[in-house]
Amino acid sequence: MSPAKVTARSVRVYVPRDSAALSVGAEGVARAIANEASSRGLDITLVRNGSRGMFWLEPLVEVETEVETPSGRIAYGPVSREAVAGLFDAGFLEGNAHSLHLGPTEDIPYLKQQERLTFARCGIVDPLSLPDYVAHGGYRGLQRALSLAPEEIVTEVTNSGLRGRGGAGFPTGIKWKTVLGAASDQKYICCNADEGDSGTYADRMIMEGDPFVLIEGMTIAAIAVGATQGYIYCRSEYPHAFRTMQRAIAIAYENSYLGANVAGSGKRFDLEVRLGAGAYICGEETSMLESLEGRRGQIRPKPPLPAIEGLFGKPTVVNNLITLATVPIILDKGAAYYRDFGMGKSRGTLTIQLAGNIQHGGLVEKAFGITLHDAIYGFGGGTATGRPLRAVQVGGPLGAYFPKSFLDTPLDYEAFAARKGMLGHGGIVVFDDTVDLAKQARFAMEFCAIESCGKCTPCRVGSTRGVEVIDRIIANDNRTKNLELLDDLCELMTDGSLCALGGLIPLPVMSAIRHFPEDFDKPAPAPPGLIDPQNRETHPWR
Amino acid sequence: MSNMQAWDADRARARIRELEHLPGALLPILHALQEEFGHIDPAAAPLIATALNISHAEVHGVISFYHDFRHAAPGKHVLKICRAESCQSMGSDVLVQHIERRLGVKLGETTADQSLTVEQVFCLGNCALSPAVMLDGEPYGRVSPSVADFLIDGSRRAQ
Repeated sequence: MSPAKVTARSVRVYVPRDSAALSVGAEGVARAIANEASSRGLDITLVRNGSRGMFWLEPLVEVETEVETPSGRIAYGPVSREAVAGLFDAGFLEGNAHSLHLGPTEDIPYLKQQERLTFARCGIVDPLSLPDYVAHGGYRGLQRALSLAPEEIVTEVTNSGLRGRGGAGFPTGIKWKTVLGAASDQKYICCNADEGDSGTYADRMIMEGDPFVLIEGMTIAAIAVGATQGYIYCRSEYPHAFRTMQRAIAIAYENSYLGANVAGSGKRFDLEVRLGAGAYICGEETSMLESLEGRRGQIRPKPPLPAIEGLFGKPTVVNNLITLATVPIILDKGAAYYRDFGMGKSRGTLTIQLAGNIQHGGLVEKAFGITLHDAIYGFGGGTATGRPLRAVQVGGPLGAYFPKSFLDTPLDYEAFAARKGMLGHGGIVVFDDTVDLAKQARFAMEFCAIESCGKCTPCRVGSTRGVEVIDRIIANDNRTKNLELLDDLCELMTDGSLCALGGLIPLPVMSAIRHFPEDFDKPAPAPPGLIDPQNRETHPWR
Repeated sequence: MSNMQAWDADRARARIRELEHLPGALLPILHALQEEFGHIDPAAAPLIATALNISHAEVHGVISFYHDFRHAAPGKHVLKICRAESCQSMGSDVLVQHIERRLGVKLGETTADQSLTVEQVFCLGNCALSPAVMLDGEPYGRVSPSVADFLIDGSRRAQ
């Protein structure tokens, strides 16, 4: 293909605007591409998409070429500012070879082996283009929902087997049914986007990469249960996600997908995104409702369930962001289509997030049932440091530490519970053999002490006592007696705490002791040196 | 962070008036005031209490509950360092030690020249590129001590 042919049309070049891509220099790469194109007199259209979720390849630049692939998109990555001129020289606008050339994006095995349902559009579309959203199947779910009775929408969600993706795994349809059945002059839909678990970023990716799917999912939920107002509670650590969400909501209003007459249906649905303020506990649903009402994020005892008495005392659907973002495809393709993915009682797909000390960290959407081993080695390529894997924490700071011998555990709610673990929001944090599990157990208690809302004593006081007891164990002060005391304390916190923070923090603590007793039985090893997987000279911030 | 204003009661009242009609307006108001002044000035609480018709104690309770709301003005730049598990697995403890030594401050403190406040944060959602930090709201991933030095030097030069 001659250069003249390239300039005959405007070539679409994709550079992600996702926070993770920005964190390794995507903004500079986008600017460099725009400048280089203009100085060479080439006509390009720069699209700032979400991320495909292969973060070791970010900034991942894609070019829409005339090469014969489903989308024609050819990937290059990780691209640095300095590499941009060379990419133009090599003819990357035509998909030509270059040392960063990765081939057709869809053919990259990491992507090809996934089952992307919730993330079907993420990284593909321009997140703030409504026409793009609609062209890629957007709003078909809402269209179908509008042709159904509210009960039928709820039945569809129930039959899909969708369970809450925030961690509790409660059947979504049953929650909706309760709200639908509650008589009230006002009902609410609240999206929990307070994604505080370390190792998780799926909510952020959707807000930054496909925000309309969340708006559509919440709109369907509203129509199903008879709610007219929705709130997205977005954590303040996600400023980019918050701004993208705000802009997407404004665009949806301008195009009558929100407001008094949603998609010409005559139904009203208003939506607002609110910012959290750095409190982990606000990811707990009742605490989030308190926060939305303008109070301290202290948890409420249940019952009453939020489905009966939720926000401002009214019936409220509180769902995790991924749960709500999955609703459109269920309505579009039908309950059976979604239910056919998965295993046992875990139906559909799980958005696995590979994190921590991992070579190929990223988002892997797969049907429930793949093993930890396949996720970490098949997709993740093992540790980033190349050292042996020693521990894995799944499900955030309240999740158990699993040893290597547990890597055969399938990613399934029940299989994790059977091994005294928790799938949570699907985050997998990998540690190599330099990890000290006594230190991790101490951190769990420290974190609980910092983030406890203070409502109940087992959590508020127990966490601080827990740090002290572990300090004594590490210092070899009455070790046997203090291990017994810690066991006792954990039992009390599990049984006596009002919510999952105090109730589950014993999980990482006790799993560390159970699976890694040797770390509690010797002087703590010297702290590991800093790991720098990237050559410092080539780092974008050098 | 560099564009924050000195405390101004009239300006604060104006920002409160813009938001007081919202259901559950307190957090949006506090965020707006912190955006404006870099912190929540003690003089703000009575203004908010009057506007929302709630007690001063309730406003104080909310301000003190959330980690985000500062009681004193931060430095010109704010560096948040993730201390959560994913970043721990990639050496964030060493990164924190390095930054504290380099700046002569502990997490939560501001350098003597008021140029930089260093804060801890639990997860920035950049866990595939740990260790992660955020400087003035912009994310940075795979932050080694040398990258941190580069960011710190850059922000100090930029003031």
